[in-house]
Amino acid sequence: MDKFTTLTGIAAPMPLVNIDTDMIIPKQFLKTIQRSGLGKNLFDEMRYDRKGNEIPDFVLNQPAYRDAEIIVAGDNFGCGSSREHAPWALKDFGIKCVISTSFADIFFNNCFKNGILPVVLPAEAVNYLMDDAAKGANARLTVNLEEQTVTASDGQSFPFEVDAFKKHCLMNGLDDIGLSLEKVSAIDTYEERAKTQFPWL
Amino acid sequence: MTAPKTLYDKIWDAHVVDQADDGTCLLYIDRHLVHEVTSPQAFEGLRMANRKVRAPEKTIAVPDHNVPTTLGRENPDQMPEESRIQVAALDKNAKDFGIHYYPVTDVRQGIVHIVGPEQGWTLPGMTVVCGDSHTATHGAFGSLAHGIGTSEVEHVLATQTLIQKKSKNMKVEITGKLKPGVTAKDITLAVIGATGTAGGTGYVIEYCGEAIRDLSMEGRMTVCNMAIEGGARAGLIAPDEKTFEYVKGRPHAPKGAAFEAALSYWKTLFTDEGAHFDKVVTLKGEEIEPVVTWGTSPEDVLPISALVPAASDFTGGKVGAAQRSLDYMGLTPGMKLTDVKIDAVFIGSCTNGRIEDLRAAAAVLKGRKIADGVRCMVVPGSGLVRAQAEEEGLAQIFTDAGAEWRMAGCSMCLAMNPDQLAEEERCASTSNRNFEGRQGYKGRTHLMSPAMAAAAAVTGHLTDVRELTTETV
Ligand code: SF4
Repeated sequence: MDKFTTLTGIAAPMPLVNIDTDMIIPKQFLKTIQRSGLGKNLFDEMRYDRKGNEIPDFVLNQPAYRDAEIIVAGDNFGCGSSREHAPWALKDFGIKCVISTSFADIFFNNCFKNGILPVVLPAEAVNYLMDDAAKGANARLTVNLEEQTVTASDGQSFPFEVDAFKKHCLMNGLDDIGLSLEKVSAIDTYEERAKTQFPWL
Repeated sequence: MTAPKTLYDKIWDAHVVDQADDGTCLLYIDRHLVHEVTSPQAFEGLRMANRKVRAPEKTIAVPDHNVPTTLGRENPDQMPEESRIQVAALDKNAKDFGIHYYPVTDVRQGIVHIVGPEQGWTLPGMTVVCGDSHTATHGAFGSLAHGIGTSEVEHVLATQTLIQKKSKNMKVEITGKLKPGVTAKDITLAVIGATGTAGGTGYVIEYCGEAIRDLSMEGRMTVCNMAIEGGARAGLIAPDEKTFEYVKGRPHAPKGAAFEAALSYWKTLFTDEGAHFDKVVTLKGEEIEPVVTWGTSPEDVLPISALVPAASDFTGGKVGAAQRSLDYMGLTPGMKLTDVKIDAVFIGSCTNGRIEDLRAAAAVLKGRKIADGVRCMVVPGSGLVRAQAEEEGLAQIFTDAGAEWRMAGCSMCLAMNPDQLAEEERCASTSNRNFEGRQGYKGRTHLMSPAMAAAAAVTGHLTDVRELTTETV
């Protein structure tokens, strides 16, 4: 997995609340059996018309935001289905960080597995960064995972919380499965115990 | 004396394999359900790392999202190329890794969340995961059921564990009795209407109260199914006699002495007196009305007697979202919900594709006809539900009324298969998500109970089912 340490990049403002995973990557793109290649269909139904032409108003189609690496979003980003295709599509497009007041649980977890940092900040901070992002490509945010801060283009900085284990994995690009397999003897012990405790399973 | 525990605490504690200092746990997984859409990349990951499935006997796979629901669908020509590849990948992965499998040709095939309980794979006190957010359904048995992403699917396949931090406890109590015509679907939608789609974020919900106890297992599954729409990681209902009765005799449920041993453990699965909940929501059962959704979020819930709201009725970020929903749904504020005309009806999904749901729909459709210009699709949740409905004469009622009687699958719940709405078509649907484009590009979804959907099918507009007389079927 890619490491995430610090990132300075263009942030795209998406103030809509409840942006769901069907919006992030509509179901017709879930038929792939690969992880890559979904970036072109990120936000597909908001981004393109029925003929496949770009909708100029959509934020990621505007010249200033085509290379965005950060999204500042309205409340409850990523609600809906468990599809990991949502972070895969974000990642493939080039988004490495999403900032919101809240995230849906499964989406939030899925981000960490894919080198994307979801940052939760209070509403005032998100609004501030949303305004900053709305300034266009000149406004670049800096996200520092080590120090747990997001800094706006004017230098205003906001601290955020992140789970210590998730931070560790993200900063070092660690693979969860490898880590868990180091605990295989604990799993063996559990299974032995369960055999007597829950013999019907 | 140990401190009183919630049901969630008990199941959690029984499955902790390892706990780090910061509270991150390795949680043992008793049952892993797999479907074709969220698993191919996970199996591919195993192959690339040369890993095996740790516990194939605890892993069950079934294709459901992509499969056509038309007769003769075993013919691969009926599937678009990409769907065919995805289903073929599951066929192959199930075989290569030696996991239980119900292929499209098997009568037991169906929606993963219907097949699991039906076959007795889901038991009280278990941990159940699936790469699908509606895994919460299995919580109806008092099992802790999480939806997970594909990386986590791979993690569970390889280790039979999940890395988790414990959620907070939330209690949702529905007191009293439901009024006639009000169902489990109305309860679960009403709860989301009250708490919002993020109201449960960070929590595991335990549903309790007289109205929940009174529900059948089917109804309880409907309630838990939508816990995720309220943002919760899982929904739970403590098991009781109804649960044990439902489980007993299922193909993969324990038998004989093993059943008795299991039963004595299952009877300990309840929230202790005085256990702590971090959040409590209480609704009065008798105040819940038959509801429908008007917008594009499951929290956009109103009683059927209400009027379409205006964006200005909301505050904050919801003002913009409500306006967007109204535009998308093509609704005018102030119009009666019962005046909203529909083009299509979908009865099915893991929320409402069980036998009881089909009985409720059939009770309304019996002796009636689907309104002119409306197409109605009835899709059983599994091949066995389909067979039972045929045996009970429900299928005949549906076809007599002019509805399409389909094969089992997810169908129009998510329109990844040929069953889709056309642009701006409006659907009365028993599924669980009314997101933009969920049932087809620019399709418009109103969520409701099977009885309400059947009532809409008959009148051609959203309808209070209590205004139609029904007979038991
Ligand atoms: S019926 Fe709908 S919600 Fe349920 S598993 Fe299938 S697609 Fe998901």
